[in-house]
Amino acid sequence: MLRSEVLLSPTPMHIPDGFLSMGVIIVCWVLSIIAIGLALARTRKSLGERQVPVMGVLAAFIFAAQMLNFTVAGGTSGHFLGAALAAILLGPWAAMLTMTTVVALQALLFQDGGLLALGGNILNMAVIGPVVAYGFYRGVRTLLGNRKGSALVAGFVAAWVSIVVAAVACAMELGFSGTSPIGIALPAMAGVHALIGIGEGLITVGALALVTATRPDLVEAERAPAPAGMRWVWGGLAIAIVLALFSPLASPYPDGLERVAENLGFIERAQGPLYEVIPDYVFPGISNEALATIAAGVVGTLIVYGIAVGLAALLRRRERAAA
Amino acid sequence: MHLHALDTYLPGESPVHRLDPRVKLVLTVLFILTAALMPDRAWLAYVLLEGLVLAAVLLSRVGLGVVQKRSALALPFLLAALTVAFARPGDIGHGQVVPLPGIPWAVSEAGLWRFLSIAARSYLSVQAAVLLAATTQFPDLLWGMRALKVPRILVAVGGFLYRYLFVLADEARRMMQAREARSAVPAGRRGGGTVLWRARVTGAMAGTLFLRAYERSERIWNAMVARGYDGEVRVLSAPALRPSDWRAGVVGGLLLVLLLVLVRTV
Repeated sequence: MLRSEVLLSPTPMHIPDGFLSMGVIIVCWVLSIIAIGLALARTRKSLGERQVPVMGVLAAFIFAAQMLNFTVAGGTSGHFLGAALAAILLGPWAAMLTMTTVVALQALLFQDGGLLALGGNILNMAVIGPVVAYGFYRGVRTLLGNRKGSALVAGFVAAWVSIVVAAVACAMELGFSGTSPIGIALPAMAGVHALIGIGEGLITVGALALVTATRPDLVEAERAPAPAGMRWVWGGLAIAIVLALFSPLASPYPDGLERVAENLGFIERAQGPLYEVIPDYVFPGISNEALATIAAGVVGTLIVYGIAVGLAALLRRRERAAA
Repeated sequence: MHLHALDTYLPGESPVHRLDPRVKLVLTVLFILTAALMPDRAWLAYVLLEGLVLAAVLLSRVGLGVVQKRSALALPFLLAALTVAFARPGDIGHGQVVPLPGIPWAVSEAGLWRFLSIAARSYLSVQAAVLLAATTQFPDLLWGMRALKVPRILVAVGGFLYRYLFVLADEARRMMQAREARSAVPAGRRGGGTVLWRARVTGAMAGTLFLRAYERSERIWNAMVARGYDGEVRVLSAPALRPSDWRAGVVGGLLLVLLLVLVRTV
């Protein structure tokens, strides 16, 4: 049935209650509330009295668009979270608010994600997702300039990165809560969502192509002034890199920084009555490679930018050949 | 098919249905908070909490089966927590470690208990949230949140989302039906083009849906302005809590706090 299969299919990114520790919950709520507060003030200024009806109906659009799906292979289907499309079409602030109401309604009405965990889910899907998407969209657009197809490349990159970064944030929250060892959660979440992100990217590009062809005046990211846009570019990149930097530290067994110190040999292994209270899980792959993981994360973020630059060069060459 | 079936509210006449939405919201969040603050392996406390939520379910007469079936939707996420049960063989001093043949990890006793504790607390919380949604109409939930000082604009946007969700979901369904109707697959052949092509079609559907939603929002705004809307959301003030609401809220709250204090201190 439609309801159970499509709209209620629990995505691997909606964290239920019981999975996050109190500390993580509080930090997530504080960050989310600050972001929502800013977004409320900004959209009130930009949308004025249209704020409520426009954002309410577009939030319903995001919700309904999540029902649209297409078969990929072997019974799996790609569908769509919408944070990137919302950010590109509405701008980051309005996207934050629409996504916040969508995520909150999913939790309240359909138990897709928990009520206490809502702070974390809002942070991942309604704050980090749109900000990163908008930043990468503007960034890639700036790199590519005004040539044909650059908006679509930028849209794809923005959608893919927003999904993967949100998944990484989710894995880190689980890691800090001691629910899921980061050495497993991070590669698993990032890996699954690197695939899901492709579907997200393709749908986002399709939607963008249609909207720019019929109502180009509606694409906010194209109208917004450039200097303000650059701030988002750096903001989005900063979030991605900070997450990459801190991801290997997201382990409560023992405290992440101590673990790095331990791995680097600063702390003797035998020295820890502290660690004996808590089981000191050691997983293959990360135990002595925290720095390598950090490097990999940063490199991965830069690679995405690199691919964008490469595509830009390719397009430029083709344009020159055509001219 | 209309998507009004989406609504998770189950109409009924019971003390739980009648309870003030503010009290219900606070009690539900308090219940989930209590579950979250329970230490690992507090099995007796988990059972008592389950007793509380089951008692509320029975009182609401929405049916035990319905609540369990809806709660099961959260179970797939447990896979994420299952990983905590594994440790590498050779890690010593943390309870029994059972190596598994063929894989480099083993099940550790401490990890297994942690996983089961997370699963129990999570399932408890989901049941409470399911009961809240099943016994409270969404508009009531909205004014409850409003009375509990959730920002007015956010609640108003939520109200619009709920109001137009069904309209747009119907629209999305009609589009999918139209796609189905145009996508005949001859017997013995693969239909539907490449994945890229299918994704582009779906993307165009999302884009169309966006345009329809946007244009609808403009019409709605015009209609609201024509009726005197000036950007202020005005609502009736919330009714006062009845004595029965007070009683339910205080008794429920005290029970939860008492349980938490007992478990935390003993």
